[in-house]
Amino acid sequence: MPVTTIAGRDIHVDDEGFLTVYAEWDDDLAKQLAANIGIDLTDAHWKAIRFLREDYRTQGETPTIRRVSTVGGIPTKDLFTLFPSKPGKKMAYIAGLPKPHGCV
Amino acid sequence: MRNLLVLGAGTAGTMIVNKLHKRLPRDEWTITVVDRDDDHHYQPGYLFVPFGGYARDEIVRSRHHFVHDGVRLVYGEVDRVAPDDHVVHLADGRALPYDYLVIATGTSPRPDQTPGVLGPEWRRSIFDFYTLDGAEALHRALEVFDGGRLVVHVSEMPIKCPVAPLEFTFLAEAWLRERGLRDRVELAYVTPLDGAFTKPVASEHLGHMLAERKVEVVTDFMVERVDPDRKVLVSYDEREVPFDLLVTVPVNMGADFVARSGLGDELNHVPVDKHTLLSTAYDDIFAVGDASNIPASKAGSVAHFSVEVFVDNFCRYVTGEPMTGRFDGHANCFVESGGGKALLIDFNYDTEPLPGDYPLPGLGPFRLLEETRTNHLGKLAFRWMYWNLLLPGRPIPLPAHMSMTGKHTPNRK
Repeated sequence: MPVTTIAGRDIHVDDEGFLTVYAEWDDDLAKQLAANIGIDLTDAHWKAIRFLREDYRTQGETPTIRRVSTVGGIPTKDLFTLFPSKPGKKMAYIAGLPKPHGCV
Repeated sequence: MRNLLVLGAGTAGTMIVNKLHKRLPRDEWTITVVDRDDDHHYQPGYLFVPFGGYARDEIVRSRHHFVHDGVRLVYGEVDRVAPDDHVVHLADGRALPYDYLVIATGTSPRPDQTPGVLGPEWRRSIFDFYTLDGAEALHRALEVFDGGRLVVHVSEMPIKCPVAPLEFTFLAEAWLRERGLRDRVELAYVTPLDGAFTKPVASEHLGHMLAERKVEVVTDFMVERVDPDRKVLVSYDEREVPFDLLVTVPVNMGADFVARSGLGDELNHVPVDKHTLLSTAYDDIFAVGDASNIPASKAGSVAHFSVEVFVDNFCRYVTGEPMTGRFDGHANCFVESGGGKALLIDFNYDTEPLPGDYPLPGLGPFRLLEETRTNHLGKLAFRWMYWNLLLPGRPIPLPAHMSMTGKHTPNRK
């Protein structure tokens, strides 16, 4: 499992840079991860990120775009504005969650 | 007497009642299965219908013919499950009590979920092939199609048989070539995924097959709506894909009664433990087959393999013993590639589809992730096995758990 240094700390990530240890994430890290993919976090971004973190904690899986929209109450259109072109992956990356399995 | 109630007499439900009828003591158990009608569809057969491959009577049989005489078959529409009362209410007012409930009502295409699909162009220039009516309508449209943009489109994952849209594309390409029309048709494959398929090795292989056939692949396309007047697909990030003939795979959702009963997730699939298929909310409810939320392909092979594990587990569970069987997410799918050939993929929760051999005494070996005639014949032979061995609950020489025998793991970093 690769280890990388983000925001001055050692962080466990997978081959594509998604965090693999839930507890290694915090707000500062999220800002750095967002900056890595060219996103400046606003309150609207944080609402989505907080939902992902909480939903993963209770469900054990990275939520789908549909779930963030229907359960988290953030319209899909907005997710594409906040996290352009690949919202499912970008949200998971910033929230420090596994890459969404995209189903099988 | 104890009551086992199964909702849905499709692949999973029919196998379960037939197997448990043989296993559970008959003086202690009443087994009941509910379905809305008497038509059992061999869904994998739909794929061939648009190309004139199967007639209706080859892929539709009577449900009651496949349900053992000792099992009570009830026809009716499920209104809702009342889990705290351990009873299922039917729409006509009947109430069916249960000690154990199995939800096996599958998942269904919902063209109503994407604005513009069920508009004026539905079944004129917009089609699906995941229903028999849709596949037959598409056959009539293809018969008179003489050129333009043919777009194959997946709305959202998960869908039933995730390889079927690729198979349709391969078959359509071969069919157009045979008819001398290929040069007059632009083919496009539009998917919400970031490649042709969900798993890396297979995605690369299948993506290469699309490129060889000069099929344009549009990825990360999350459809917001279809504009039937301008004949374009529109994504949430405002990209557009024009079509003359659109073959769409609509959003798939579990049965509405699952939502009404408070048992579903955001797509009406029932959350269960992925190894035992026991509901995460109720200890007397299971969901088997496409109706559950397990992270496996929604496919007949998954239903089949998981039923094998479920039946053994269930017999222990009802005597108070722990469930020791663990379903591994095993799927085994033939992928038609056109011209009388097919690939085979074999995978589970942890192992993606890999190249190599799939040994099968008497019939195999089949080549994995490689186009062969033997694989195509395997796919065709499976329809006979389905009606004559699988549904009646007879043994089939396919192991429930995936095996690494014959598989090659590519060198990856």
